[in-house]
Amino acid sequence: MMSNLTESQLLPENAVYEHTIRAGDHWMRRIEKGQTFRILDLKGNQAADTLFYNAEDPDDRYSASDTIAAQGALYLTTGTRLMSTRGTELLKIVADTCGRHDTLGGACSRESNTMRYAHDKEHMHACRDSFLRGVQSWCHHMDKRDVTCNINFFMNVPVTPEGELDFADGISAPGRYVEMVASCPVIALISNCPQLNNPCNAYNPTPVQVLIWD
Amino acid sequence: MSQSKKNLFSRELGGGQMWSKVIGRGKCLRMTDLEGGANVGMLLYNALEKTERYNMPDTLKGQKIFYLREPYCLHSDMGRILASIVEDGPGWHDTVCGTSLPSLVEEKYGKKDYQEAHNDWYRAGRELFLIELGKWGLGERDLVPNINWFSKIAPDEEGKLSYVPGHSTAGSSVTIRFELDSLVVLNTCQHPLDPNPRYEPKPVKLEVFEADPVTSYDPSRLVRPENERAFQNTEDYNLLRF
Repeated sequence: MMSNLTESQLLPENAVYEHTIRAGDHWMRRIEKGQTFRILDLKGNQAADTLFYNAEDPDDRYSASDTIAAQGALYLTTGTRLMSTRGTELLKIVADTCGRHDTLGGACSRESNTMRYAHDKEHMHACRDSFLRGVQSWCHHMDKRDVTCNINFFMNVPVTPEGELDFADGISAPGRYVEMVASCPVIALISNCPQLNNPCNAYNPTPVQVLIWD
Repeated sequence: MSQSKKNLFSRELGGGQMWSKVIGRGKCLRMTDLEGGANVGMLLYNALEKTERYNMPDTLKGQKIFYLREPYCLHSDMGRILASIVEDGPGWHDTVCGTSLPSLVEEKYGKKDYQEAHNDWYRAGRELFLIELGKWGLGERDLVPNINWFSKIAPDEEGKLSYVPGHSTAGSSVTIRFELDSLVVLNTCQHPLDPNPRYEPKPVKLEVFEADPVTSYDPSRLVRPENERAFQNTEDYNLLRF
């Protein structure tokens, strides 16, 4: 397990863009075709909830089910092609020092927190609120309909052959990263998860860093 | 599940076809695999607020399951339950693999267009979903991971998936009870991981009948504490609305 660890040759000092996303914040940016995009888990076990859209037509966007069906596999790692609902390859993972990323678990929301944890958790900040503010601010027609099933970089959501599913302890650590090359112009939207209800990040959400190379 | 209520609706749907209707809360939809090996791709929306829709991640992680079966529920993205599985012959239904793309259908089966083959042409699940969604003012932005009734996709320890042939046999059925007024959109195209090299989508029978009232000891409520809270959210919504 986790045999797919691959390191990148790219140096942070050569990146054309760098930004640190604080826990609970959202971040949205266009990435050009051929650019390399890295997400770095600064403190370890932080979930970077991520959506991608085809920048030429955001109605065509990341599809968890098309990505799973195209690979015949549940977990994302080096070599995974991130597919859109139209079957477009949006990005391809080219380096990964974590080894496994989830696309089944989706993002927390205030509404789903009432279902998953307790009705009185409804006030707590959640990823799908961040996603909504992201798409609303993107100077486009985008809204709730565009908030779909996302990738959870650095999250471990193992499925057993018997068909059970759980949220396991993270397998990430400080300094681990995942890197992908854009196969077409894409818009990336990250909600750096503020989740305080489950132990995946030891109840302490932390920042992640994004870097882009030409 | 015994059924004493008379059918409100019954029809057969051939393989490679599509269907959409609003089914009210308190009613059941029974789907029967007539020949064995059927696949029913299904999308669900709150009929009155169509931005509220079936949510694969909330359904799976909310119930700590990877596949659908009785007495689990189909959760929306708003902390509520669209429908509950109240009767289940096959016992395993996929919801992670989506539906077939036109490129996949052409690659696997070849191309048969309408001019050449008339209604025996080869069609992709995605196209059929989009046609039905368009009739309700919905479109590409409303495509999310769907349910694949009757299809079993088994994972191994490393997360590799394999389609299990012969999982659903002739006459097996699954029945869902609606907890919200729901727009039901479905197609009967083959599962995207079905290894059968031939285009052979199978027919199903659809029946709708009145459900028994949901009690506080309903198996779908009791199977997970998350479901009880989601049922309460759903009942609050219906109480305020109607």
